[in-house]
Amino acid sequence: MNNIMIGRFIPGDSWVHRLDPRTKMIATFIYILVMLWSNSWQTYAWSAAFLILLIKLTQQPFSLYWSGLKPIFWLILFTVFLQILFTPGEPVLFKAGPIIVTLPGIINAGYVIVRFVLIILMSTILTLTTPPTSIANALESLLGPLKKLRVPVAELALMLSIALRFVPLLMDETQKIMNAQKSRGMSFSNGGPIKRAKAIIPLLIPLFVGALQRALDLANAMEVRGFKDATQRTKYRILHYQQVDRIAFLGLGSFVAIFFVIKFIFHI
Amino acid sequence: MAITFEKVNFSYGAGTSLATSILHDITIEMPTGQITAIVGQTGSGKSTLIQHINGLLKPTSGRVIVDGFELSHNTKEKQLISLRQKVGMVFQFPENQLFANTVLEDVMYAPMNFGVSKQDAQLAAQQALTRVNVNEALWAKSPFELSGGQMRRVALAGTLASNPSIVVMDEPAAGLDPKGQNDLLDLVRELKEMGKTVVFISHQMDHVVAVADHVVVMHEGEIAAQESPKLLFNRELSWFNTMKLSLPKAGQFAEKLRMQGMLLPYRPLTLVELSQLINKEVQS
Repeated sequence: MNNIMIGRFIPGDSWVHRLDPRTKMIATFIYILVMLWSNSWQTYAWSAAFLILLIKLTQQPFSLYWSGLKPIFWLILFTVFLQILFTPGEPVLFKAGPIIVTLPGIINAGYVIVRFVLIILMSTILTLTTPPTSIANALESLLGPLKKLRVPVAELALMLSIALRFVPLLMDETQKIMNAQKSRGMSFSNGGPIKRAKAIIPLLIPLFVGALQRALDLANAMEVRGFKDATQRTKYRILHYQQVDRIAFLGLGSFVAIFFVIKFIFHI
Repeated sequence: MAITFEKVNFSYGAGTSLATSILHDITIEMPTGQITAIVGQTGSGKSTLIQHINGLLKPTSGRVIVDGFELSHNTKEKQLISLRQKVGMVFQFPENQLFANTVLEDVMYAPMNFGVSKQDAQLAAQQALTRVNVNEALWAKSPFELSGGQMRRVALAGTLASNPSIVVMDEPAAGLDPKGQNDLLDLVRELKEMGKTVVFISHQMDHVVAVADHVVVMHEGEIAAQESPKLLFNRELSWFNTMKLSLPKAGQFAEKLRMQGMLLPYRPLTLVELSQLINKEVQS
């Protein structure tokens, strides 16, 4: 259970850790957006180089990022499979009945892998270097203008931070219940798929019951301390853009500019 | 010996840069058919230790021998089922493990997993529920309709139903009312009378002296002592301070008396023993 990497934060004192969470969110968003324009190996190479530089700056080992990629391996494989099968074009490399494999299909599949990996790695940089509460704060700040349209931004951010707060708790709980049921002879590794799916019930039911109980307790705890929604709240940590953020935006701007230069030079 | 630990070390994430060592060089023996209490301050490694008894955790080095079954870091997951049949494990707040539609079905879960026929499992479940005093009227109810104390007893039955020869409990009395605590101690004694080996973790020294034959003291992942309650609770007072342990009530009372100038020949464990010693002292 402890090896799940998605959304995990690792404390540190790197240059990337010290950035304002809003800077990191905007940068991640722009990077992903730019990826959608990428269509040649030159642009991918440039994006990958920029990403590797960022990973270096986080001062975390590559193996951490690698383990973050593992859970989505099957998703990537599935997409690659679709790309290879359903990309029309010339020349045709292989043909057997309805299955046609084309050279553009193979190339597209390669691009999809790279695009997936880059996007996931970029988001991993964000979650690895930013505490969940900061992410929620940044989101609230960035969506602030929507308050004028009566979107309950503060409540959404609160919901998000509570949800994020519950992730480690529920993982812990899962581990405990798993231990209890294993002690009663539960086994996940025996039997066919139906038997295995059934083996999860003794895990899921206590987990749901526990989560609901926790939610009720939390709601009560908030209420007795006078929580009211739709009120103006102050923040313990106020977000400020610093010098590093200006440098980061400059870096991001240069990345995007060079990206489009490369894109138009090698335009096919 | 029912349970033997031989030079057991355990660390989380062994072999990575994040490895944290929890247990250091643990060598202990827990006698067959007796009651062993494990005490020590929070974070001293008690829960980690007992999870080695049924193979939920495997030692990073060293080995654990439970009733002839040898557990080491290369024991396969498939072999563990026979160990788990021998060892019944009751976790802290075991009521969190309840899941089935009815109380009876929930208690039948363990025996069914260990390959007992449905009829026999039902019989075993009924016996276990009777043993922990769960009224027959509740057997067909959903476990989630019960009170906290009843849920705890159903969960206990859920472990006892597979008839383990060793019962391990992690703070079984936590959060129970005084009557519930006494019932639990009675159950522990009863399990011993049935010939089972019982191991339990407790922070309440009065529970320890009430039932335990043997006490293991843990401190920062190491074994600080393993001896009879009588020897243990007659150690120097300063030792208890370093271990962050308290004395049982009778012992605390004897210490208060000593401060007032009344010296008892040794530290009593129970209130009965205390009153006898005071009587003698007053008469002489």
